[in-house]
Amino acid sequence: MDSRHIWGLALIGTLAGAFSGLFGVGGGTVIVPMLIAMFAYRERLATGTSLAAIIVIAALAALMHGGIYGNVDVETGLILVGPAILGVVAGTAVQQRIPEKAVSLIFALLLIGVGIEMVIG
Amino acid sequence: MDIAIACLICFVGGIVAGLIGVGGGVVFVPAMTILLSKGQVEAEATSLLMIGLVSIVGTWRQMRYGNVNLRNAAVIGLLSPVGVLIGVVVANTVPERALRIGFALLAFYMAWRLLKRVFAKADPPATEVEIAAPEPGQ
Repeated sequence: MDSRHIWGLALIGTLAGAFSGLFGVGGGTVIVPMLIAMFAYRERLATGTSLAAIIVIAALAALMHGGIYGNVDVETGLILVGPAILGVVAGTAVQQRIPEKAVSLIFALLLIGVGIEMVIG
Repeated sequence: MDIAIACLICFVGGIVAGLIGVGGGVVFVPAMTILLSKGQVEAEATSLLMIGLVSIVGTWRQMRYGNVNLRNAAVIGLLSPVGVLIGVVVANTVPERALRIGFALLAFYMAWRLLKRVFAKADPPATEVEIAAPEPGQ
């Protein structure tokens, strides 16, 4: 991994953290398109790598919220996460069966929606 | 009844997370604030717990398909707290309107790059990490 590569990843991590801190948008909204645009990742590799990075981001933030401020409702979270986990298993399976460019198209539409919301919201 | 609807919405949030590689918080938070009358901060904090667990399972599934670069993910994930600190400093020095417009411009630029890719005639060349990734199922 050359230094340019590491600086690029550092930029993505920093921006993902900054925007989640600023606007509450998840890191994935920044990580996936930047991996595709900056590193020419294929869509499936970008989304899989994004999910792995989000584990670290969410774990640190949840520990701060729960451990320091006591804001996490663990019971509700555990009830709702069951169907969410079934959903992510289904979502990753569907993703393997659709053209990769469909993921970019969905993401582009999501980004346009987020951008419009940022301007008029 | 509300909890059943919230579960259904979170199922959809999980599908979105798996499909496009985001955490799903954009779906989980309103499910809790609107249907379960949770406060915004409590919903966001609880959503983070859910995002962590959903991302673990999503990563495991994507690893089975050969779609994860763990080393790059670790660099991104571990540097994000630096970004959070920068975000907090920036939020206290730059007007919110300017920040929102800045993020909107970044979002539109990324959307344009992705749409260019979607409508390009030829597929982009495979990256080094992709070539090194194992075949699905291995």
